[in-house]
Amino acid sequence: MKRFAFIGVLLFGAVLLYSSFSFPPLGDPHAPANRHVSDDYIRDGMKETAVPNLVTAVLADYRGYDTMFEATVILAAGIACFFLLRRYRRKPAQHRLYRHIDTGVILIIEQGGKEPVDSKEFERIDYHWVPFDLVVNKAAGLMVPFLQLFALYVIFHGHHSPGGGFQGGVIFGATVILLAISRDLRSTTRLFPERTSAFLSSAGLFIYAGTGFACLLLGSNLLDYSALARLLAVDPVMARSHGILLVEIGVGMAVSAIMIWIYYNLASAGRYDEGL
Amino acid sequence: MIWQLDVIILTLVIICGLAAISIRDLLGAAVLFSAYSFMMCLLWAIMGAVDVAFTEASVGAGVSTVFFVAAVFRTTRSSKD
Repeated sequence: MKRFAFIGVLLFGAVLLYSSFSFPPLGDPHAPANRHVSDDYIRDGMKETAVPNLVTAVLADYRGYDTMFEATVILAAGIACFFLLRRYRRKPAQHRLYRHIDTGVILIIEQGGKEPVDSKEFERIDYHWVPFDLVVNKAAGLMVPFLQLFALYVIFHGHHSPGGGFQGGVIFGATVILLAISRDLRSTTRLFPERTSAFLSSAGLFIYAGTGFACLLLGSNLLDYSALARLLAVDPVMARSHGILLVEIGVGMAVSAIMIWIYYNLASAGRYDEGL
Repeated sequence: MIWQLDVIILTLVIICGLAAISIRDLLGAAVLFSAYSFMMCLLWAIMGAVDVAFTEASVGAGVSTVFFVAAVFRTTRSSKD
């Protein structure tokens, strides 16, 4: 059976390679992909949307419907992780570890023992603990604000440079994941609770779809942002640019919150107690 | 586009892809997959698709590796192959 599968895979690869020879060369102006709509985008994109980065204009405006459902797919992935993994019942019968902050002495509290909860001198550490490292802890904490600023820059500067809601959102989510890895999951869930991530992930998608439906209510097509001109008090071209910004903010919010949410569920196996 | 660079990166992509599916250690496979994604990111950048390269770097090489590592950490191996 394994041999048959191997031969099948080889044959399939050979067919794919063979068909790749009939592709037009990279960047060929006479290729079918470059002959129909690309010309229109390149000629009129800047005039119609006032967005210099054509990729952003195509993604969020001309193909806005597509991007909306891409974001929906990511939300579905986050919700699927939540439903598959989240467990509310605490795992019983396990001892817990506490570290004395000043001396670094580790206490093992057996089940039923008195735990120093809310103590200023002790902090709980994970079962699969690694020795406390001041450098990793502080360096990650120092990097986070700058990384978050960069993430916001990527989202808001997507009109002019590579980037946009997806990339900026992922970078923003990665900063919170960095905190959760370098410290522990419990302190990170206190900063950015599960409820917030669930709320932001649906709110981001709501902003996207809401922008689209606002256009519909103002008497235009779904996601035709030029209808927002009256609402935003700008001309229709700038309204499309601002509409793109609105949906990018929505995508960024949704993607960052979903990445954090998936990480929480995966890293703690749905218990939100001990992370990586 | 420098074709020598192209060939080197394409070879590395193939090596990383083959190694990621043939290695037994799942953590190693996750790291190799991250390397594969990073090489793909370089290829996209070489071809001028900077937005795609950015997405590949942040999603493929960044967050998805963390998810793989978390999944490996939270699961146990049951088969012996």
